[in-house]
Parts: sequence; structure tokens; C-alpha cells
Amino acid sequence: MEKTWNNKAWFLVLPVLVVVAFSAVIPLMTVVNYAFNDTFGNNEFFWAGLEWFDEMVHSDRLHEALGRQALFSAIILAIEVPLGIFVALNMPKKGFWSSLVLVLMALPLLIPFNVVGTIWQIFGRTDIGLLGRGLAALGLDYNYTNDPVDAWITVIVMDVWHWTSLVALLCYAGLQSIPQAYYQAARIDQASRWAVFRHIELPKMKGVLLIAVLLRFMDSFMIYTEPFVVTGGGPGNSTTFLSIDLVKMAVGQFDLGPAAAFSLMYFLVILLVSWVFYTVMTSMDRSQSDIPEAM
Amino acid sequence: MARITLKNLAHSYLAQPRSEADYALKEMDHVWQDGGAYALLGSSGCGKTTLLNIISGLLTPSHGRVLFGDRDVTDAPTAERNIAQVFQFPVVYDTMTVRDNLAFPLKNRGKDAAYIKARVDQIARMIGMEAMLSRKAQGLTADAKQKISLGRGMVREDVNAILFDEPLTVIDPQMKWELRTQLKALHRQFGHTMIYVTHDQTEALTFADKVVVMYEGRVVQMGTPEELFEKPAHSFVGYFIGSPGMNFLDAELQGDRARLPGGEVVALGAHYAPVAGRVQIGIRPEHAMLVASGGMPLTVRRVEDVGRHRLVRGELAGRPLNVVMPEGMPVEGLPQVAFAPGRINVYADDWRVAPQEGGAA
Amino acid sequence: MLELQGVSRSVGGRVHIHPTSLTLQRGTMNVLLGPTLSGKTSLMRLMAGLDQPSTGRILWDGGDVTGQRVQDRGVAMVYQQFINYPGLSVYENIASPLRILGRPRDEIDRKVRETAEMLRLTPMLARKPLELSGGQQQRCALARALVKGAGLVLLDEPLANLDYKLREELRVEIPRIFEASGAIFVYATTEPEEALLLGGQTATLWQGRVTQFGPTPRVYRQPVDATTARVFSDPPMNFVGARKQGAAVSLGESALAAGSFADLPDGAYLAGFRANHLSLARHAPAAVEFACRLVGTEVTGSETFLHVEHGADRWVGLVEGVHQLSPGQPLSVWLDPAHVYLFDAAERLAAPAAYAKAA
Repeated sequence: MEKTWNNKAWFLVLPVLVVVAFSAVIPLMTVVNYAFNDTFGNNEFFWAGLEWFDEMVHSDRLHEALGRQALFSAIILAIEVPLGIFVALNMPKKGFWSSLVLVLMALPLLIPFNVVGTIWQIFGRTDIGLLGRGLAALGLDYNYTNDPVDAWITVIVMDVWHWTSLVALLCYAGLQSIPQAYYQAARIDQASRWAVFRHIELPKMKGVLLIAVLLRFMDSFMIYTEPFVVTGGGPGNSTTFLSIDLVKMAVGQFDLGPAAAFSLMYFLVILLVSWVFYTVMTSMDRSQSDIPEAM
Repeated sequence: MARITLKNLAHSYLAQPRSEADYALKEMDHVWQDGGAYALLGSSGCGKTTLLNIISGLLTPSHGRVLFGDRDVTDAPTAERNIAQVFQFPVVYDTMTVRDNLAFPLKNRGKDAAYIKARVDQIARMIGMEAMLSRKAQGLTADAKQKISLGRGMVREDVNAILFDEPLTVIDPQMKWELRTQLKALHRQFGHTMIYVTHDQTEALTFADKVVVMYEGRVVQMGTPEELFEKPAHSFVGYFIGSPGMNFLDAELQGDRARLPGGEVVALGAHYAPVAGRVQIGIRPEHAMLVASGGMPLTVRRVEDVGRHRLVRGELAGRPLNVVMPEGMPVEGLPQVAFAPGRINVYADDWRVAPQEGGAA
Repeated sequence: MLELQGVSRSVGGRVHIHPTSLTLQRGTMNVLLGPTLSGKTSLMRLMAGLDQPSTGRILWDGGDVTGQRVQDRGVAMVYQQFINYPGLSVYENIASPLRILGRPRDEIDRKVRETAEMLRLTPMLARKPLELSGGQQQRCALARALVKGAGLVLLDEPLANLDYKLREELRVEIPRIFEASGAIFVYATTEPEEALLLGGQTATLWQGRVTQFGPTPRVYRQPVDATTARVFSDPPMNFVGARKQGAAVSLGESALAAGSFADLPDGAYLAGFRANHLSLARHAPAAVEFACRLVGTEVTGSETFLHVEHGADRWVGLVEGVHQLSPGQPLSVWLDPAHVYLFDAAERLAAPAAYAKAA
């Protein structure tokens, strides 16, 4: 809906523009600068052109990290989205229990990332951790610091624990907006539970679900703190995801040029995927409302 | 298809109702005939939706039984009652085509494909949506979606009853005509028992053979449109049916006449025995008439031209009185009002009093 | 005085309002009548300044207010939904527009009480909106619109969400409230009967175009084209092909004397007449008989709607009394030529019905 034009509004946006300039645009420009130059300190720069980009594109290390990252995002999406929907469908719709469940569900979302990492790091330890000791007591050979598979399982379970609530809460909000009449009609039509989900609940959840998938994709694709705290990217490089690799390269090895080129490409990948999502979402919206309900 | 019997039915939303006032639906006994078209009419909060939900099985009544034919369905869930329902707002499955929407209740019941196709085609023809059958329901106008809802309600031949919960609320006046006519035609053709809930008297009266008027959780009258119009059993029916509603004037009964507080005397056209309580006479605006002389003095406040008639709002003996004058009849220079004697009803404490010797009223 | 000069609006290549010129005088009731999506709300939003016109100018008392913000115009609006502040009492709800304007306390109190009295809300001033009935909630919204003495009050189907009877009661009150306020009222509705009851002026809308604007009874009785007649008839106006040849006019199969149509050029026309002018018996000496097939009847209590088919045309008749006739049977209906409108090939009114000229 179009609003009246008022130039004064720009003054209100100005502080935000200034903050964004300092917090995002200027650092980004610095990164761009590093990506196209070589430096040996002392603020001396040598033009390197696309050399770093070329190196990064052909870097096996990067390819491996990218592969791990894509696998990780795919696995957590494959778990968290169906699980979140399932949880949302089974949450109480009203009354005391619904408020209680909502609060409990929100709890993991309120915990700082490094705390989540620490919790799981301790939880999974075979000497003092409840999970680690418990599994050992059951006779399972579990050790996330030695076994890459165990490390992956730990990181994935941690992410699922941390973020499934978000998907569930978004879906829950979508479900709450479905009028009762739809369920009544379905009962009268003798629709199966699956048909109710497929033809009533899923279509009404579609919008929020896409947002949930987008958020979870972006967050998981950039995941750093929690696996870093738990596994530090190990054992070996088995849980070294893109951002961990990036930090190792930039801070650990001080390879600023390649790291800068790498982060720009990283940024572009995320931008591209988000754009694809956005386009898909808006085009679905349009087909949904090709005839306006009201003028 | 089935006769619907409501036996000592009552409902309260409270777990421990103490007084009658706690009941959203006061005790009632009714039998609704198989194949009848019934309308539940009343203002919001009168209990009509509660009653509909009890019949559809969404609510279990606190008292009494509901019978479909001879079968007690009081505790049966909605799916077992074999009913169809059309809601206030269109309920369509957006992801399906119009054809699949119409076929859905039949498919779920495992009917064979050839039968489903024939039946859906027949229904689509009746609701005028043949051309759209292969379209997705998504993006259709509210009118079209509500037609699909109506069609889905109608598609099963063996339903016990079809319930309509204010189905024309979202429809434009012009389209209401079309849909209502289609509903009537469908009722005639298939002979389903139909129950139609509405607050709109025009819809109720034009749709139903029998209109059930509800007021404060009670059925105050069940009758044909003509009975409700000519002989409202309760002053609420008189007020609620007709636009504007019946005029009520306090009066004192004197055999076949009534004396108004201002001393005017009205001929009732029938003889009444003396009654106790607050006595009023009720006269429809359509049965009152402006006259040059021989009536009672009327102070005219406002004349509204409603097209096919004019509505005169005035005062008789200090009480508001509405008179409807047909199009083309003069209203100026007529200072008095007269009532058609056979059309006056007498009320004691809001309930209609029948005249003696089956008089003409 | 509100003037719209060639105002139009299109969004994304789609025309919502075609160029429209209207003049609304101070102290008048103006009804916008048209079906859903005909552009009533779009036109109101332009009048209010909520949307900017793509072309044209809007003048208020002669001054150009086209680009002016809605906050700076003396405009009040009431919507189909009952919009009140749920946390505030009725008193505070009504007072809120005045508090925003920073009026002195005693003036606010006086105006709130005056307005509440006018809308019969005095006993409910201490209650919260949700403790009121729908009708009272909408009266509260109306009071809030009226209290600041706005020169232009826009009502967008304000009664659509109310029960039939409550609607009837508020419909009686709105003209009274309007007369007391002295403002320009603009009232959007889909119902012809509501327009007639409100009186004043009516603008009929169809697909983003104002088809006619004038005193309500005149628009009803002398529609300028078939579209206006259609919009302003409930049940819908009936139509039948007509042909004039010399001294005779034929409607479908039936012929009548040209009478008041004698001056028209020969040719094909479209004849229109309203439901209540059909009759089941010869009710006027000049009445014409039509052989129809009865599709169905609907009884309203004192009257009966007849749905009939005349050739390929579908008609609705409204006749006095209760008539139980079985569907499917042949039925003769009569029509007095004095009630027939003739429209030309472009659907413009060629000749109004004789009765309407007299009225």
C-alpha cells in the first residue's frame, strides 16, 4: 500500500545509515582491499589482482570445507524442518500447557552460542559429561574428540537441540492462523490425517516454513562458535566448516589475502542462495494472490 | 437422509450451571422432518450456532439427546454423523483443482472413479463452474470459492443433513440472489434435509419452508414465513421479522377493541377474552395506512423513499410508529393513520394471545 | 466542499479508479454504491489522502490539498471492522483524537459527553469496547470519528459486520447523526436499499468508474445507463431485448403501443424493469403479458419472489402476498409499460420509464 511521500523520514533513517556504514560497509571495503592485494605488514600493499581468488577456487582445502559445510547444512535442514513441523503439530493449541511449552521451547534460543557449545562440550565428555558417561556405561564406544563420526553426531545433535525450537515456533504461529472451520470441514469430508496436513496445514504453513528454511540455511552455513567450542574443528579437519577454516587461515596462519578472497566468495555464495530463496518465495506469493481479495 | 429429533435438548458452556440464565440453549423438544428446509434465525448470541454445533457433533449437549432417524447420535463424532456443512467463509483446499475439491468427500469414502466423475460434473453444472473444473482453487474470488464450498456440501447423495452456517455473508448482494436460487433448486432436486443458520431475515424467509426463530437460547416460534409475518408468537418475532419490524403499542383490551393510552380506540377485528399482564397490540407497518380522515392523528417525523415503497416514521400518542406506503401512493396531506383490523395481533407479556372463536386475526 | 478534478489512480499498470470528477457540498450525505472491488474503498482512500492520485487534483474549500498528508486534513474514517483501542474505556476512546490535538481538559470532557449523548453511549462511557455489543462498538468508533469535528467523515461499509436488525437500527440513526454534525459524509455500501434509506446523493460505481452521481431517488429512478440500473437494483434489474418499429414496440414476443417511446428512432433496444413492477395479474389497462416458465418461488412473509425464465432471459419478480406455485410450470406475468426503461445499443438510457418522469 502506498503511503504519502515525506522527505523528513530520511533524517530518521540517517543514524542507521551511519551505523551500517561503520559496521558493515567500511569493514567490507577493507576485506575487498585485502582480497586484491598482498601485504607483509607495515601497511604496505602490493597489487595481486585475482591471484588469491584463483588460488582459493582451486584450493582442495576450501573444496573440502565447502563439502563439509554443504553436508552439514543439508543434514540439519533435513532433521530440523520435519522435526520442527512435527513438534509444532503436536504442541498444545491453547491453555496453560501451551504457554508452558512455548516458554520451554524458547529457552534454547535464548542461550548465547558459546554457552551452548560449552554445555555440549562438557555434556559429551566421557570423563565428567552426563551424555559421554552414560553412553560409555551402555557399552557404546563414543568419543567426539577422537572419532570424526562421533564429532559430527555431537555437533548435529547440538544444532538440532539449539535450533529446532525456532522452526517449531514459526510453524506453530502459521498453524495458529488456520481457522477452525477448515478442520471441521475436513472432519466432515472424512479427510485422513495426512490429507489434513497435506492440503490444509502445509499450504498455510508454507510462508513461515520458507522463512524458517532460509534462516536455518543461512545460520548453519555460517556456523562457527558452537563447533569451535566443542570440537575446535577436529578431530583432524573433520568438523572444520567454512567459517572455522576461514578463521584458521586469517588469524591462525595470517594468510590475509587468500582469507579475504575466500570470505568475499563465501559472502557471494550466501547472497546467491538467499536470493534464490527469496525469488522462489515471492513468486509463490504472487501465484497465491493473482486476484486481489480487496482493493 | 433423516428426520432430526431433538429430545429435551439443553446446553450450557459452564460445567455446573446453576440457573436457567447459565444455559446458552434452554431445554427444547423438536422434530425436523426428513427433506425439509429449515432456517435458524436470530441475532448473534441467541444460541443458533450452539444448536448447529450440537447437530453437527462439534459440541456434546449438557442435556438431552439428538436423533438422526431412529439412531441416537448424541455422542457420535462429526465424521460418523454423515452430514455436510458449509461455513460462513469459504473453506476450499487451495492446493487442489476445483474438480478435486468437489470430489474430495467422495474419494475419502472410496467411491469409484466413474461415479465420482459423473457426480462432480453434475454438481459443477448446477453451481455453474463447469468451465473452471481443472483450475486450481487458489486465487479464485470469494464468490467462486463459496460456490465450491456449496458444491462440496452437496456432492454426497446419502448425507443425513446439510448444514449452512451463514453461508452468504461474504457474498455481494447481486450474487446472493444467484446462489440462493441455486440452493433452492438443489434442495428441490435432491431433497436433502437442510438447516440454514442466519441473522438475515430475508435469507431465512426466502430459503426455508420452516423458520425457527431463536431468542435468548429459546425457540420462540417455528413456522412458515407467512405465519411468522402475520402471526408472530412472540413480540421478538414481530420485531425481528419484517423491515422495519412490527409496531407495538400499549393498550387496554375491551372485547373486540383496544384502547390506547391517548384514548384512541382501535378495532381489533376479533373478540378477545380479558388477559393478565402487560397488554400490547402489534401492527405491521405494511398493514398501517395513511388516511385523510377516520383514523388516529399521526405526527410524521421523516419520510424515506426506499424505491418500491416509502417508509413513514412518525409518532402516535407519543410512541414511534412506522408506516409503509406503496410506491406511487401519496403521503403528503394525510394527517391520520388507520390499521387494517384483521391484521392486528394482541400480546400479553410479549406472548401472542389468540382471539376467541377462532377470529379473523 | 470537496472537489475531485479528473482524479484517477492506477497501480502497477492496473487502473483502480478511472478519471473521476465529483463535487461534494458541505453538509451533504454522499453514498458510494457498488459491488465489491468496484473501487469504493479506493475512491475513499483518495478522498482521505491515504493514497495519492495518479492524475488530477483534489480541492478542499477551493484549496489544493492533493499532496497533503492525511494527518493535516480534517478527515475521519470508520471501517467495516470495529476499530477501537481495546485497552481504553469508551470515554478515553472518544477522547483520544482530542488528546492528540492537545485540547484543554474541560473542552475534551464537554465534547466527549456531547458526542456520547448523540450516539447513545452515555451509560457505557466507563466500559471497555470489548464489553459492548457489536452495534455499540461501531457507535464508539463513529463517536471517535465525529468528536474532532472533521469536515469530511468517510464510512466504509460501517454496518457490514453487524447483525441485520442492528444494521437497521444504526441505519436510522446515521442520517440523524449526520444532520447534527454538519460535515460531509461519504458512505460506501454494496446494498441499494441502504443507499435509498440514507438518501442524500448517490454515486454508483462499476469497475473503477463513477457511472452516475446525483440525488439518490433520481439515480434510482432515472439511471443514465444499464450498468447504473443494474448496480442500483436489488434484486437485479430484469432485461429483455426490445425493438421499436413505427408506432409499435415489441418486448421479446410481446407487443405494446409505443406510447411514451413514440419519439425514439426505430431500432433495437434493451428494455429494463425492476422486480417489483412485475405482476401476476393484469394490474393496469396497458399491461403486457409475458409467457414464462417458473423456476422457483421464495416467500418473504408478506411478499413472494418469483424466479422465471422468459426465453433465454432470467427474471426476478416481487409480488404482494404469498403464492405457493410449483416450479417448472408455465406462468404468465404482466408488466405495465410505464415501468419500462429503454437503453440503446451502447446501453445508454434512451427513454426513462414514464412513472419515473412523473415521480
